[in-house]
Amino acid sequence: MLESLTLFILLGPLAGAILAGFGKTMLGDKGAMMLTTGIMMVAALFAWIVFFSLPEGVEKLTLFRWVDSGSLTVDWGIRLDRLTSVMLVVVCSVSALVHLYSMGYMEEDPAKPRFFAYLSFFSFAMLALVTGDTLLQLFFGWEGVGVASYLLIGFWWKKPSANAAAMKAFVVNRVGDFGFLLGIFTLFFVTDSIDLDTIFAAAPELARTSVHFLWTEWNAAELACFLLFVGAMGKSAQLLLHTWLPDAMEGPTPVSALIHAATMVTAGVFLVCRMSPVMEFAPATQTFIVVVGGMTAFFAATVGLVQNDIKRVIAYSTCSQLGYMFVAAGVGYYQAAMFHLFTHAFFKALLFLGAGSVIHAMHHEQDMRKYGGLRHKIPVTFLCMTLGTLAITGVGIPFSYDLIHLPIGFAGFVSKDAIIEGAYASHNAASGFAFTMLVIAAAFTSFYSWRLVFMTFFGETRDKKHYDHAHESPGVMMWPLYLLSAGAVLAGMVFYYPFIGGESAEEWFNVALFMGEANHVMHDSHAVPAWVKLSPFVAMLGGLLVAWIMYIKSPSLPRELAERHYGLYKFLLNKWYFDELYHWIFVRPAMWIGRTLWKKGDGAVVDGTINGLAMGVVPFFTRLAGRAQSGYVFHYAFVMLIGISILITWLSVGGGAH
Amino acid sequence: MDNILTLVTFLPLIGALVLILVLRGEDAAAQLNAKVVALITTTATFLLSLVILGGFDSSNPDFQFVEEGTWLMGLSYKMGVDGISILFVMLTTFLMPIVIGASWHVTSRVKEYMACFLVLETLMLGVFSALDMFLFYMFFEAGLIPMYLIIGIWGGKDRIYASFKFFLYTLLGSLLMLVAMLAMYWEAGTSDIPTLLTYPFSAEPFSLMGWEILGGMQTLLWFAFFASFAVKMPMWPVHTWLPDAHVQAPTAGSVVLAAILLKMGGYGFLRFSLPMFPVASELMTDFVFFLSVVAIIYTSLVAMMQEDMKKLIAYSSVAHMGFVTMGIFAANQQGVDGAIFQMLSHGFISGALFLTVGVIYDRMHTREIAAYGGLAVRMPAFAVIFMLFTMGNVGLPGTSGFIGEFLTMAGTYQVSTWAALGAATGVIFSACYALWLYRRVVFGDLIKESLKQIADMTRLEKALFAPLVVGTLLLGVYPSLITDVFGPSVEHLVGGVDQAVAEARDHGIITTADAAPTLMEAAEAPEGGHGDGGHSAQGTH
Repeated sequence: MLESLTLFILLGPLAGAILAGFGKTMLGDKGAMMLTTGIMMVAALFAWIVFFSLPEGVEKLTLFRWVDSGSLTVDWGIRLDRLTSVMLVVVCSVSALVHLYSMGYMEEDPAKPRFFAYLSFFSFAMLALVTGDTLLQLFFGWEGVGVASYLLIGFWWKKPSANAAAMKAFVVNRVGDFGFLLGIFTLFFVTDSIDLDTIFAAAPELARTSVHFLWTEWNAAELACFLLFVGAMGKSAQLLLHTWLPDAMEGPTPVSALIHAATMVTAGVFLVCRMSPVMEFAPATQTFIVVVGGMTAFFAATVGLVQNDIKRVIAYSTCSQLGYMFVAAGVGYYQAAMFHLFTHAFFKALLFLGAGSVIHAMHHEQDMRKYGGLRHKIPVTFLCMTLGTLAITGVGIPFSYDLIHLPIGFAGFVSKDAIIEGAYASHNAASGFAFTMLVIAAAFTSFYSWRLVFMTFFGETRDKKHYDHAHESPGVMMWPLYLLSAGAVLAGMVFYYPFIGGESAEEWFNVALFMGEANHVMHDSHAVPAWVKLSPFVAMLGGLLVAWIMYIKSPSLPRELAERHYGLYKFLLNKWYFDELYHWIFVRPAMWIGRTLWKKGDGAVVDGTINGLAMGVVPFFTRLAGRAQSGYVFHYAFVMLIGISILITWLSVGGGAH
Repeated sequence: MDNILTLVTFLPLIGALVLILVLRGEDAAAQLNAKVVALITTTATFLLSLVILGGFDSSNPDFQFVEEGTWLMGLSYKMGVDGISILFVMLTTFLMPIVIGASWHVTSRVKEYMACFLVLETLMLGVFSALDMFLFYMFFEAGLIPMYLIIGIWGGKDRIYASFKFFLYTLLGSLLMLVAMLAMYWEAGTSDIPTLLTYPFSAEPFSLMGWEILGGMQTLLWFAFFASFAVKMPMWPVHTWLPDAHVQAPTAGSVVLAAILLKMGGYGFLRFSLPMFPVASELMTDFVFFLSVVAIIYTSLVAMMQEDMKKLIAYSSVAHMGFVTMGIFAANQQGVDGAIFQMLSHGFISGALFLTVGVIYDRMHTREIAAYGGLAVRMPAFAVIFMLFTMGNVGLPGTSGFIGEFLTMAGTYQVSTWAALGAATGVIFSACYALWLYRRVVFGDLIKESLKQIADMTRLEKALFAPLVVGTLLLGVYPSLITDVFGPSVEHLVGGVDQAVAEARDHGIITTADAAPTLMEAAEAPEGGHGDGGHSAQGTH
């Protein structure tokens, strides 16, 4: 029963994608939109049914054989456990809402069936990823969402910037996939399987096994986890491999909400949680994950402070929030990582779709410096965006858990604070660092989120022409905002107990997550000192206050600050110069090497040698060939003839061993 | 149907003879007749070859459909297929009707053109099904002549230079291979391939002019064959003939060259080098890995900078063949399975890519990338098909391109992590060159005046791609369809190599440690309590 529902959830969107993509003469624009949206809605309904009725343990469904080569045997199949069911709900719900929203947002686009086909194809690939029972199927989905993302970022393919961003996203992701693949090979080499259960069972042994990789011996568990995490860094846009995510905002805004906020970019977090039985035996890699997560949370938040493009602010915010999730996963608090993934999907999708509504109202203007005072024009969007902002900045009542055993606050308050407390409570070597980074990032988050709201909705308008024409979006675009707003307000409180409120780690996630014997972070995080619990709240208030001073009280302050600290401002505005750096150390050298190898390597060295040889060889053979100079074909035939005659002479004269 | 293999092999030749002897005239009707005869012949050949596939017992790793007879002057004629060769036979018969279809618009010397392709088909089929060493040699070398004619007569403007280069490259390798074959004949007393496969060629080291030859006789023979197959493959650094040949060849010639002719080198490695000289192969593993990885990285970077579409795809072929050689000499199940899969898959994908270039070349008469841009505006069907095969070329899971790369790397990792790491960078580079090509040709706005009237693909063109699309996706989603066919033969092959290598190790011929990294208890493991000793890496070792 549950398996067949899941099978529909998985294959329905694929069918929708194919029909919308190739049957547009039959379906028409309207038909394609209705069909794909309808399928996604049914899938979302089924996903919630599966979510609530899933029993303990793992359900499996094997479809058919995939790769079969010696001991490497892989089937297509479905793995259904608590982790999968959480992802099913997130993916299907957000996808269904984004489909619906797009019916309004893409109203004027001539290529609607293509857009909806891509969206549905993305949903299929993402679902294949989260239902994978083998690393190979996970990788299939992993690359599949990469392609869908590539196609959707470059959806407006007449724009050179969109094409460049699409390609950048694919290539940077491939750098991560390079690590992912090597991780799969390592696990296959050591355990002789890429089936998840076999790998999990072998995990304790992996920790005691060493494997020779490149120049030296490595602990097998550490090596495999590290390589897989490199894959996660690419997909989840963590520091060093993050450069593609802000550029991905070239895609239509619904795409940013679905792929680059709620679902695809969280695949890396999902992967780390999925591999928890192995991660628990790889402490050094866990520390690495915590460090990377903490640094990303901080880095992306600093860049977010000064960006002026509304979507880029939210993109950096996503990057930063993913850092929070990785810190949680790295300290072994997988439940909190998944919880934040879950709540973040609601409020981040809300913020993006809200931003889309603003952009829609402002005739595709994305520069916040041209906004202002919009709360009078689009009050409902303003309300929804405010709820989203309250959620992401973590507004709630501190210590409410201690009073009534339920944290009272918006979604982000519950899940983000859990991560910060977990970071403090854990015994990970980098936990102090991560805790500090996350609290600072919380202040920054609050600042840039409120800055966005103040610049957009408050003050005087700075572009009168667009302002006058601004209007609220149609119903198909508003309903998704209402539903997501409900999620942003309630998801934290309602789902607190299932995710992280239990007494033991095994309670709700049961076999889907594994925590080692020494891992008490879930328990310990409830018992951190009061100042730790209070710190994110104070940080949030601080950020809000500064944003209020700078953008409401004395709006001239930002300019003065930027002028006074011009270097720092430029550094942040240019995103720490990562793009420029990569251009100089990777892109240009690669092109230079390619051109040199081609012209010098192939041209001068290889062909030069051959031609030189030829100058000696050819005259010799032409002399042999006598008058048969009518073409090189005959030379060749002649040589072959000589060869054959030598051979036959040899044989008939009685050579050989007869 | 005892001689069905012969029938399949020589049916195209009969078609060619019909063309040359029976058909007369150069008018449009005669041209059409020539095309129809060629199409019927290749289609019939394909249908007949299905009978072979249907009757093939894939659980049996031995040669099947074996035919034997004497031939001129004491040489023997012996044909047969095993799990490794049968799919190359099928690939050839499957692609040839498409190749003929892709030549439908040819108007110059059609009869001769079609005859060339038909003769070529016979010779290629002969290579894959010959079970006599000298017979193999004949087919292998003679196959070049029709290819020359195709490039030389129907090719582009620098065709003489291209064939000249091809000629020089192949010359040395062929002669060395012939000498090696004679030496083998002299040593083993037979030219029968099944017998030679079980003949233990000496691997005792000896000195030659003061040089110590590790692996002795086997190593010398290995190098002689290597010289020939490496050029055919082509491996770095003897690959530079390929881009030139492709650029000059007509579309159909490029398809055959990339999709089938290149596979003769890989097939040769699997038929001769690996099973007949296993000790030498083991000794040369690192050497081959080095060349393969250099090929993957080097040619990918070179491909990125190309300005001519065909050259770009040709260089990417060299990179993909790097995975093949690497997988073959990893000499384990995944490596060899992957190599064969990669060759078959590349037959579909590169064939299709050259056809896509042909589609726009026919319209614009240029292969220069800079001459295009924004084709998606006027050619949506083309854009979809080109995207699919671009993704196949990039090795996207779900297409056949992924399986081959994945398996060869999984196999190689067990032997050399350095090689696997180097090859895996190809995953990044292939995305760079393939997507950049696509972006420059298909995406962007259509602003070039010359492209404003370009027409989308015709129904015939779409029909040509249909089987390739199906094949690429089907093999990506259900690769067992063909791994089941060659799996047992590969297992047999790998088992034989393992055994020979183990014996050589016992006799001290191979002194290096097993190239594969081995697992052991980490130093910090708790003392005692581990009676099981070291972990064994896995079953295949």
